[in-house]
Amino acid sequence: MGTVLCESCGKPLQQDEGETAFPDMRYDGVSRRSQTYSRTLVDKVWNFFSSVRNAVIMIIIVLIASAVGTVFPQEQYIPTLDPPEIYYEKAHGTLGKIYYQLGFHNLYTSWWYITLLLMIGISLVICSLDRVVPLYRALKKLPVKRHPSFLKGQQVYTQFEIDETEKERTLEQLEKGLKQKRYRVVREGNALVAEKGRFSRWGPYVNHIGLILVIIGVLMRLLPGFYLNDFVWVREGETKQVPGTPYYVKNVEFIEEYYEEEDLPEGVEVEGRVVKNYQTDAILYEQRVSDIPGAPPELVEVHRDQIRVNHPLKYKDLLLYQAERRINQLSALNLELIDNRTGESIGAFKLDLYNPPADIQLTDEITIQILEYYQDFEWTEDNQPRTKSPEPNNPAFVVSVISPQTPEGERSWIFLGSTLGSPDREPFFSYRFNKPDIVDSTGLMVRKEKSLPFIYFGSGVVMVGLIMGFYWQHRRIWIDLNHGPLQLAAHTNKNWYGLKREILQILKKMEIDVTIDQLSKGGKSK
Amino acid sequence: MKKSKTGMRILILAILFIAVVGAIYNTAFTDKQAIKEGAKAPDFVLPELRGGTIQLSDLKGKGVVLNFWGSWCPPCVEEMPALNRAYHKYQDDGVEIIGINISESKVAVSSFVQRLNLDFPILLDQKREITNLYEIDPIPTTFFIDKDGIIQKIVIGGPMSDQTIQRYITQIMPE
Repeated sequence: MGTVLCESCGKPLQQDEGETAFPDMRYDGVSRRSQTYSRTLVDKVWNFFSSVRNAVIMIIIVLIASAVGTVFPQEQYIPTLDPPEIYYEKAHGTLGKIYYQLGFHNLYTSWWYITLLLMIGISLVICSLDRVVPLYRALKKLPVKRHPSFLKGQQVYTQFEIDETEKERTLEQLEKGLKQKRYRVVREGNALVAEKGRFSRWGPYVNHIGLILVIIGVLMRLLPGFYLNDFVWVREGETKQVPGTPYYVKNVEFIEEYYEEEDLPEGVEVEGRVVKNYQTDAILYEQRVSDIPGAPPELVEVHRDQIRVNHPLKYKDLLLYQAERRINQLSALNLELIDNRTGESIGAFKLDLYNPPADIQLTDEITIQILEYYQDFEWTEDNQPRTKSPEPNNPAFVVSVISPQTPEGERSWIFLGSTLGSPDREPFFSYRFNKPDIVDSTGLMVRKEKSLPFIYFGSGVVMVGLIMGFYWQHRRIWIDLNHGPLQLAAHTNKNWYGLKREILQILKKMEIDVTIDQLSKGGKSK
Repeated sequence: MKKSKTGMRILILAILFIAVVGAIYNTAFTDKQAIKEGAKAPDFVLPELRGGTIQLSDLKGKGVVLNFWGSWCPPCVEEMPALNRAYHKYQDDGVEIIGINISESKVAVSSFVQRLNLDFPILLDQKREITNLYEIDPIPTTFFIDKDGIIQKIVIGGPMSDQTIQRYITQIMPE
């Protein structure tokens, strides 16, 4: 189907005079690209993507697939260490196996899912282009005089007799009334056309441009350096590399604050304490000269900030969010060596649980050697000491005190809060535990979102397009006195009632009484 | 008129097609893992338990077995004696066995090494930088790297038997 209405006069082209059914007013009868040619491959591809029906089918497929992808966990969220080929069948049976074999375990990054999303994107572009061109052509010119059958064909149409002498005055009054309603009026002899809100017709296309910008923004994440999503734990006092960046972050202090009783509203009973603030005081360093991995980095301080929940550290593109915390973790044991003969303390020493010293010179004569260290101590089944994790959750040491009385060393186990000496003889030394050192660790989410401003901008454009399309209507009113009675026809893209009411208001001012029903005498009524 | 329109369509479709192929290629077909068999082992330098440092690129010309381990991991502990035997057996054939301890303190590692009588060099990766660089997930993970610095085999999990170690060492032994 090609052009259906004469572009200059609006007369239906493939219609006999007097026929009542009027062609569609869509794009004012100008032909759409996709509806004219379909001979070559290019045309066929073009036509496929310009079809809203096809777009809707693709959107529905993506919706269904996305839903199916949430039935079982995606591969990266498998809760066990089993490889995926074993996990899905073990945890979810045959269905899980099928799920895995069909590739739903990696759905959102699978080639066909991405392909569908991109095809929707293409469809968005081509659907828009295919429609915006004829629409622009149709709206660019606004002919005043239209063929009587065009006027009669409009959904809003009425006619009434006007006295020959009144004609000029009526037209002038109509023109004035329409201008008061902010119409743009063009008059040509005994006919006029009035239009307003044409820009509203571009709303959907502005909206689509915004969506395309959002898609481009999302695709930009795939480019190296545009997107980063990682995580790092940092103990107080520790400086750690921010994964995937040349930056290092130091946790100076982690602060957890609680609401005081008087901060809470009266009558509110809470169990335990309510947290008011999680905060990491952080220093960001940059490694300016890239060295071999593992070499001690040369760091330059570039930024200091207090990282609070929803208030990330920002430096250039890098964002560090407060995400987790582990508070009151043991970091060092504080002990005193006691001489058992006098019962007095010989000296205090510290056993750092993350990096204990190999030996400690306590006095001129006494040295403590750290022989063994188990961070998370347990006995194996055959009574061997071992550590069950690298974290110092249950530290145990074997130390040996070298002194004039014990030149060979006096060995002892040091556990959390207790010691175990050799059973063979009465020990020369014992240990007193003082308050241990504790630290807090902060868990920081590492993000880079370079394309985010672009995505925000695209979303803003979408919003502008929606507002343009929703809150304004494109209204056109034709008035013609060339064919005897005054003919009034009108068209809008939405809110037909509003259009009719506006016309009635203008006519009422001129003391012409027309009812809303009389306005609906056009060829196509809803 | 018609010809220029078809040309326009081809142009628009071509631009979109290129964008789509680029995006799909990027997501689905590029291997994001840089560490894999056949790839070059990234260079690094780490302190050795008994003093000094070892840099991987300094070992060029030799086969290198890199074993990432922790004393809390039973299979790591179990395969240590086999690695130590391989160290003595292939020392003169130009193959280095190197253990990389993940995050533990020097005192803990040194007492562990003494208990097991291990002689091969042990590097300390206290900040897990090299562990992250090599994308280590389960441990033990062992890399067999040839004289040109190319990863020939990655063994994930353990313990490895003497035969397994031997088989992969012969693959990386310089002539």
